Amino acid sequence: MDQTAIFLTILGMMLVTYIPRLVPVWMLSSKSLPQPVVAWLRYVPVAVLAAMLFPALVVQDNQVDVGLSNLFLLAAFPTLLVAWKTKSLFGSVIVGAVVVAVARYVLGV
Amino acid sequence: MTMGTTSSAKARSSKPGWLAGVIQAGPIVLGYIPIGLTFGVLAQKAGISTLNTLLMSLLVYAGSSQLIAVGLFASGAPALSLILTTFVVNVRHVLLSAALSPYLKGWRKREIAAFAYELTDESFAVHSARFASGAPSKAEVLATNATAQVAWIFGTWLGIVVGQSITDVKPLALDYVLPAMFIALLVLQINDRVQVGVALATGALSVVLLLTGVGQWNVIVATLVGATVGVIFETWTKQPSS
Repeated sequence: MDQTAIFLTILGMMLVTYIPRLVPVWMLSSKSLPQPVVAWLRYVPVAVLAAMLFPALVVQDNQVDVGLSNLFLLAAFPTLLVAWKTKSLFGSVIVGAVVVAVARYVLGV
Repeated sequence: MTMGTTSSAKARSSKPGWLAGVIQAGPIVLGYIPIGLTFGVLAQKAGISTLNTLLMSLLVYAGSSQLIAVGLFASGAPALSLILTTFVVNVRHVLLSAALSPYLKGWRKREIAAFAYELTDESFAVHSARFASGAPSKAEVLATNATAQVAWIFGTWLGIVVGQSITDVKPLALDYVLPAMFIALLVLQINDRVQVGVALATGALSVVLLLTGVGQWNVIVATLVGATVGVIFETWTKQPSS
Protein backbone atom coordinates (compact mmCIF):
# COMPACT_ATOMS: atom_id res chain seq x y z
CA MET A 1 0.00 0.00 0.00
CA ASP A 2 1.14 3.55 -0.68
CA GLN A 3 2.28 4.80 2.71
CA THR A 4 2.25 8.45 1.64
CA ALA A 5 -1.41 8.19 0.69
CA ILE A 6 -2.08 6.54 4.04
CA PHE A 7 -0.28 9.34 5.83
CA LEU A 8 -2.30 12.01 4.04
CA THR A 9 -5.49 10.16 4.90
CA ILE A 10 -4.39 10.07 8.54
CA LEU A 11 -3.97 13.86 8.44
CA GLY A 12 -7.52 14.16 7.15
CA MET A 13 -8.74 11.83 9.88
CA MET A 14 -6.92 13.92 12.45
CA LEU A 15 -8.61 17.08 11.23
CA VAL A 16 -12.15 15.69 11.30
CA THR A 17 -11.52 14.21 14.74
CA TYR A 18 -9.92 17.28 16.29
CA ILE A 19 -12.50 19.80 15.09
CA PRO A 20 -15.48 18.27 16.94
CA ARG A 21 -13.30 17.92 20.03
CA LEU A 22 -12.05 21.50 19.93
CA VAL A 23 -14.70 23.83 18.54
CA PRO A 24 -17.40 23.60 21.27
CA VAL A 25 -15.04 24.01 24.23
CA TRP A 26 -13.02 26.65 22.36
CA MET A 27 -16.12 28.76 21.60
CA LEU A 28 -18.15 28.16 24.74
CA SER A 29 -15.58 28.21 27.56
CA SER A 30 -15.15 31.99 27.38
CA LYS A 31 -18.86 32.72 27.26
CA SER A 32 -21.51 32.98 29.95
CA LEU A 33 -24.16 30.62 28.70
CA PRO A 34 -27.88 31.18 29.27
CA GLN A 35 -29.26 29.29 32.25
CA PRO A 36 -31.34 26.78 30.23
CA VAL A 37 -28.27 25.84 28.19
CA VAL A 38 -26.21 25.33 31.34
CA ALA A 39 -29.00 23.20 32.80
CA TRP A 40 -29.11 21.16 29.59
CA LEU A 41 -25.34 20.71 29.49
CA ARG A 42 -25.46 19.41 33.06
CA TYR A 43 -27.51 16.44 31.87
CA VAL A 44 -25.16 15.64 29.00
CA PRO A 45 -22.55 13.66 30.99
CA VAL A 46 -25.09 11.29 32.52
CA ALA A 47 -26.95 10.96 29.23
CA VAL A 48 -23.91 10.41 27.04
CA LEU A 49 -22.26 7.94 29.43
CA ALA A 50 -25.47 5.91 29.55
CA ALA A 51 -25.82 6.12 25.77
CA MET A 52 -22.34 4.69 25.31
CA LEU A 53 -22.53 2.16 28.16
CA PHE A 54 -25.88 0.45 27.63
CA PRO A 55 -25.13 -0.91 24.14
CA ALA A 56 -21.79 -2.23 25.43
CA LEU A 57 -23.64 -4.16 28.11
CA VAL A 58 -26.72 -5.51 26.36
CA VAL A 59 -26.00 -5.63 22.63
CA GLN A 60 -24.09 -8.62 21.31
CA ASP A 61 -23.86 -9.49 17.62
CA ASN A 62 -26.39 -6.80 16.80
CA GLN A 63 -28.99 -8.28 19.11
CA VAL A 64 -30.19 -7.50 22.61
CA ASP A 65 -28.93 -10.16 25.00
CA VAL A 66 -30.26 -9.85 28.53
CA GLY A 67 -29.86 -13.53 29.32
CA LEU A 68 -27.80 -15.13 32.06
CA SER A 69 -25.04 -15.93 29.58
CA ASN A 70 -24.31 -12.23 29.15
CA LEU A 71 -21.40 -11.82 31.58
CA PHE A 72 -20.97 -8.11 30.87
CA LEU A 73 -24.53 -7.44 31.97
CA LEU A 74 -24.37 -9.75 34.99
CA ALA A 75 -21.12 -8.21 36.20
CA ALA A 76 -22.69 -4.76 35.87
CA PHE A 77 -24.77 -5.36 39.00
CA PRO A 78 -21.95 -6.00 41.50
CA THR A 79 -19.95 -3.22 39.81
CA LEU A 80 -22.87 -0.82 40.19
CA LEU A 81 -23.41 -1.84 43.80
CA VAL A 82 -19.77 -1.30 44.71
CA ALA A 83 -19.71 2.06 42.93
CA TRP A 84 -22.87 3.17 44.72
CA LYS A 85 -21.82 1.98 48.18
CA THR A 86 -18.11 2.80 48.16
CA LYS A 87 -17.92 5.64 45.61
CA SER A 88 -14.60 4.12 44.62
CA LEU A 89 -13.72 4.10 40.93
CA PHE A 90 -10.84 1.66 41.31
CA GLY A 91 -12.77 -0.64 43.64
CA SER A 92 -15.64 -0.84 41.17
CA VAL A 93 -13.39 -1.54 38.20
CA ILE A 94 -11.51 -4.25 40.08
CA VAL A 95 -14.72 -5.93 41.28
CA GLY A 96 -16.20 -5.84 37.76
CA ALA A 97 -13.11 -7.29 36.09
CA VAL A 98 -12.65 -9.96 38.77
CA VAL A 99 -16.29 -11.04 38.49
CA VAL A 100 -15.96 -11.40 34.71
CA ALA A 101 -12.59 -13.19 34.96
CA VAL A 102 -13.83 -15.64 37.60
CA ALA A 103 -17.08 -16.29 35.74
CA ARG A 104 -15.15 -17.02 32.55
CA TYR A 105 -12.80 -19.34 34.44
CA VAL A 106 -15.65 -21.21 36.13
CA LEU A 107 -17.75 -21.42 32.98
CA GLY A 108 -14.76 -22.15 30.81
CA VAL A 109 -15.56 -19.47 28.24
CA MET B 1 -19.68 12.59 44.72
CA THR B 2 -17.46 11.49 47.53
CA MET B 3 -15.10 9.50 45.34
CA GLY B 4 -13.86 12.58 43.55
CA THR B 5 -13.88 14.71 46.67
CA THR B 6 -12.13 12.32 48.99
CA SER B 7 -9.62 10.80 46.63
CA SER B 8 -8.65 13.96 44.80
CA ALA B 9 -8.66 16.07 47.95
CA LYS B 10 -6.43 13.50 49.57
CA ALA B 11 -4.33 13.39 46.43
CA ARG B 12 -4.02 17.14 46.34
CA SER B 13 -2.88 17.37 49.91
CA SER B 14 -0.28 14.62 49.72
CA LYS B 15 1.05 14.71 46.17
CA PRO B 16 1.39 17.12 43.26
CA GLY B 17 -1.57 17.63 40.96
CA TRP B 18 -0.05 16.00 37.92
CA LEU B 19 0.62 12.80 39.88
CA ALA B 20 -3.00 12.66 41.02
CA GLY B 21 -3.97 13.07 37.36
CA VAL B 22 -1.72 10.22 36.30
CA ILE B 23 -3.15 7.95 39.00
CA GLN B 24 -6.73 8.77 38.03
CA ALA B 25 -5.98 7.62 34.50
CA GLY B 26 -5.23 4.14 35.89
CA PRO B 27 -8.40 2.38 34.70
CA ILE B 28 -8.10 4.08 31.30
CA VAL B 29 -4.55 2.79 30.98
CA LEU B 30 -5.67 -0.77 31.78
CA GLY B 31 -8.40 -0.50 29.20
CA TYR B 32 -6.43 1.25 26.47
CA ILE B 33 -3.35 -0.95 26.34
CA PRO B 34 -5.19 -4.10 25.15
CA ILE B 35 -7.30 -2.16 22.64
CA GLY B 36 -4.26 -0.25 21.37
CA LEU B 37 -2.50 -3.58 21.06
CA THR B 38 -5.36 -4.99 19.00
CA PHE B 39 -5.18 -1.94 16.77
CA GLY B 40 -1.41 -2.32 16.35
CA VAL B 41 -1.76 -5.96 15.37
CA LEU B 42 -4.55 -5.33 12.86
CA ALA B 43 -2.82 -2.30 11.33
CA GLN B 44 0.33 -4.33 10.69
CA LYS B 45 -1.73 -7.09 9.12
CA ALA B 46 -3.47 -4.56 6.90
CA GLY B 47 -0.12 -3.42 5.52
CA ILE B 48 0.09 -0.05 7.26
CA SER B 49 3.71 0.85 8.03
CA THR B 50 4.95 0.98 11.61
CA LEU B 51 5.40 4.73 11.37
CA ASN B 52 1.91 5.35 10.01
CA THR B 53 0.40 3.03 12.61
CA LEU B 54 2.05 4.96 15.43
CA LEU B 55 1.19 8.28 13.79
CA MET B 56 -2.46 7.31 13.69
CA SER B 57 -2.45 6.73 17.44
CA LEU B 58 -0.56 9.98 17.95
CA LEU B 59 -2.52 12.20 15.56
CA VAL B 60 -6.03 10.75 15.38
CA TYR B 61 -6.21 9.11 18.82
CA ALA B 62 -9.73 7.74 18.59
CA GLY B 63 -10.04 4.03 19.18
CA SER B 64 -13.13 2.92 17.35
CA SER B 65 -12.47 5.05 14.28
CA GLN B 66 -8.87 3.82 14.08
CA LEU B 67 -10.05 0.21 14.14
CA ILE B 68 -12.67 0.95 11.47
CA ALA B 69 -10.06 2.77 9.38
CA VAL B 70 -7.76 -0.26 9.42
CA GLY B 71 -10.53 -2.34 7.90
CA LEU B 72 -11.22 0.31 5.28
CA PHE B 73 -7.52 0.69 4.41
CA ALA B 74 -7.28 -3.09 4.01
CA SER B 75 -10.29 -3.13 1.69
CA GLY B 76 -8.81 -0.33 -0.41
CA ALA B 77 -11.55 2.19 0.33
CA PRO B 78 -10.95 5.70 -1.04
CA ALA B 79 -9.40 8.26 1.31
CA LEU B 80 -12.48 10.45 1.26
CA SER B 81 -14.78 7.71 2.48
CA LEU B 82 -12.28 6.91 5.25
CA ILE B 83 -12.19 10.52 6.39
CA LEU B 84 -15.96 10.84 6.19
CA THR B 85 -16.46 7.67 8.22
CA THR B 86 -14.00 8.94 10.81
CA PHE B 87 -15.96 12.17 11.07
CA VAL B 88 -19.27 10.38 11.53
CA VAL B 89 -17.79 8.11 14.21
CA ASN B 90 -16.15 10.98 16.09
CA VAL B 91 -18.65 13.82 15.75
CA ARG B 92 -20.19 12.80 19.11
CA HIS B 93 -17.21 14.54 20.70
CA VAL B 94 -18.99 17.88 20.19
CA LEU B 95 -21.28 16.89 23.05
CA LEU B 96 -18.41 15.93 25.34
CA SER B 97 -16.54 19.10 24.45
CA ALA B 98 -19.59 21.31 25.01
CA ALA B 99 -20.47 19.64 28.31
CA LEU B 100 -17.01 20.32 29.76
CA SER B 101 -16.79 23.89 28.47
CA PRO B 102 -18.29 25.56 31.59
CA TYR B 103 -15.48 24.04 33.67
CA LEU B 104 -12.71 25.41 31.49
CA LYS B 105 -13.45 29.07 32.06
CA GLY B 106 -10.24 30.97 32.58
CA TRP B 107 -8.08 28.45 30.74
CA ARG B 108 -5.80 29.89 28.09
CA LYS B 109 -6.67 29.11 24.49
CA ARG B 110 -3.61 26.97 23.97
CA GLU B 111 -4.37 25.01 27.13
CA ILE B 112 -7.89 24.43 25.82
CA ALA B 113 -6.44 23.34 22.48
CA ALA B 114 -4.16 20.85 24.23
CA PHE B 115 -7.01 19.59 26.40
CA ALA B 116 -9.37 19.10 23.47
CA TYR B 117 -6.75 17.20 21.47
CA GLU B 118 -6.82 14.37 24.00
CA LEU B 119 -10.52 14.41 24.79
CA THR B 120 -11.85 10.86 24.50
CA ASP B 121 -14.97 9.13 25.79
CA GLU B 122 -12.95 7.74 28.66
CA SER B 123 -11.06 10.88 29.62
CA PHE B 124 -14.39 12.72 29.42
CA ALA B 125 -15.93 10.26 31.86
CA VAL B 126 -13.13 10.82 34.36
CA HIS B 127 -13.11 14.60 33.88
CA SER B 128 -16.84 15.12 34.16
CA ALA B 129 -16.92 13.18 37.45
CA ARG B 130 -13.96 15.13 38.77
CA PHE B 131 -15.12 18.58 37.65
CA ALA B 132 -18.51 17.93 39.21
CA SER B 133 -16.87 17.30 42.56
CA GLY B 134 -14.51 20.25 42.68
CA ALA B 135 -11.99 22.22 40.71
CA PRO B 136 -9.01 20.05 39.78
CA SER B 137 -5.81 21.83 38.75
CA LYS B 138 -4.93 22.13 35.08
CA ALA B 139 -1.89 19.97 35.70
CA GLU B 140 -4.09 17.22 37.12
CA VAL B 141 -6.54 17.35 34.21
CA LEU B 142 -3.87 17.46 31.51
CA ALA B 143 -1.86 14.70 33.20
CA THR B 144 -4.85 12.36 33.02
CA ASN B 145 -5.16 13.10 29.31
CA ALA B 146 -1.47 12.66 28.59
CA THR B 147 -1.24 9.41 30.56
CA ALA B 148 -4.20 7.97 28.66
CA GLN B 149 -2.71 8.82 25.27
CA VAL B 150 0.70 7.50 26.24
CA ALA B 151 -1.00 4.22 27.19
CA TRP B 152 -2.80 4.17 23.85
CA ILE B 153 0.42 4.72 21.90
CA PHE B 154 2.27 2.21 24.08
CA GLY B 155 -0.45 -0.38 23.43
CA THR B 156 -0.21 0.32 19.69
CA TRP B 157 3.54 -0.12 19.79
CA LEU B 158 3.18 -3.33 21.78
CA GLY B 159 0.83 -4.68 19.14
CA ILE B 160 3.33 -3.85 16.40
CA VAL B 161 6.24 -5.41 18.25
CA VAL B 162 4.76 -8.52 19.82
CA GLY B 163 2.09 -9.17 17.24
CA GLN B 164 -0.84 -11.37 18.01
CA SER B 165 0.85 -13.67 20.48
CA ILE B 166 -0.78 -11.88 23.42
CA THR B 167 -4.03 -10.61 21.95
CA ASP B 168 -6.17 -12.79 24.16
CA VAL B 169 -7.04 -10.51 27.06
CA LYS B 170 -10.14 -12.43 28.04
CA PRO B 171 -8.67 -14.45 30.93
CA LEU B 172 -7.72 -11.18 32.65
CA ALA B 173 -11.08 -9.59 31.77
CA LEU B 174 -9.25 -6.46 30.64
CA ASP B 175 -12.02 -6.06 28.08
CA TYR B 176 -14.34 -5.31 31.00
CA VAL B 177 -12.21 -2.55 32.51
CA LEU B 178 -13.67 0.27 30.41
CA PRO B 179 -17.33 -0.83 30.69
CA ALA B 180 -16.84 -1.17 34.47
CA MET B 181 -15.26 2.27 34.58
CA PHE B 182 -18.23 3.74 32.72
CA ILE B 183 -20.63 2.07 35.15
CA ALA B 184 -18.78 3.50 38.14
CA LEU B 185 -18.40 7.00 36.68
CA LEU B 186 -22.06 7.04 35.69
CA VAL B 187 -23.12 6.03 39.20
CA LEU B 188 -20.79 8.62 40.72
CA GLN B 189 -22.43 11.40 38.72
CA ILE B 190 -26.00 10.56 39.53
CA ASN B 191 -27.30 12.70 42.37
CA ASP B 192 -31.06 12.66 42.01
CA ARG B 193 -34.00 10.78 40.56
CA VAL B 194 -34.25 12.88 37.43
CA GLN B 195 -30.71 11.84 36.56
CA VAL B 196 -31.51 8.18 37.20
CA GLY B 197 -34.43 8.53 34.78
CA VAL B 198 -32.29 10.33 32.22
CA ALA B 199 -29.62 7.61 32.40
CA LEU B 200 -32.08 4.75 32.02
CA ALA B 201 -34.11 6.40 29.27
CA THR B 202 -31.07 7.57 27.31
CA GLY B 203 -29.34 4.21 27.58
CA ALA B 204 -32.44 2.34 26.45
CA LEU B 205 -33.02 4.76 23.58
CA SER B 206 -29.40 4.38 22.50
CA VAL B 207 -29.80 0.60 22.33
CA VAL B 208 -33.05 0.87 20.36
CA LEU B 209 -31.53 3.37 17.92
CA LEU B 210 -28.46 1.23 17.44
CA LEU B 211 -30.55 -1.82 16.59
CA THR B 212 -32.88 0.07 14.29
CA GLY B 213 -30.00 0.97 12.08
CA VAL B 214 -29.00 4.56 12.78
CA GLY B 215 -25.49 3.22 13.17
CA GLN B 216 -23.03 5.55 14.83
CA TRP B 217 -25.61 8.26 15.43
CA ASN B 218 -27.28 6.41 18.29
CA VAL B 219 -25.13 8.03 20.98
CA ILE B 220 -25.67 11.58 19.72
CA VAL B 221 -29.40 11.30 19.09
CA ALA B 222 -30.06 9.51 22.39
CA THR B 223 -28.02 12.09 24.32
CA LEU B 224 -29.77 15.06 22.70
CA VAL B 225 -33.15 13.56 23.52
CA GLY B 226 -32.16 12.36 27.00
CA ALA B 227 -30.65 15.65 28.17
CA THR B 228 -33.61 17.60 26.79
CA VAL B 229 -36.10 15.34 28.55
CA GLY B 230 -34.08 15.80 31.73
CA VAL B 231 -34.26 19.59 31.58
CA ILE B 232 -37.97 19.54 30.77
CA PHE B 233 -38.65 17.16 33.61
CA GLU B 234 -36.56 19.24 35.99
CA THR B 235 -38.52 22.36 35.04
CA TRP B 236 -41.86 20.62 35.44
CA THR B 237 -41.15 19.12 38.81
CA LYS B 238 -39.28 22.22 39.98
CA GLN B 239 -36.86 19.85 41.56
CA PRO B 240 -33.74 21.78 42.42
CA SER B 241 -30.86 20.51 40.33
CA SER B 242 -27.73 19.57 42.15
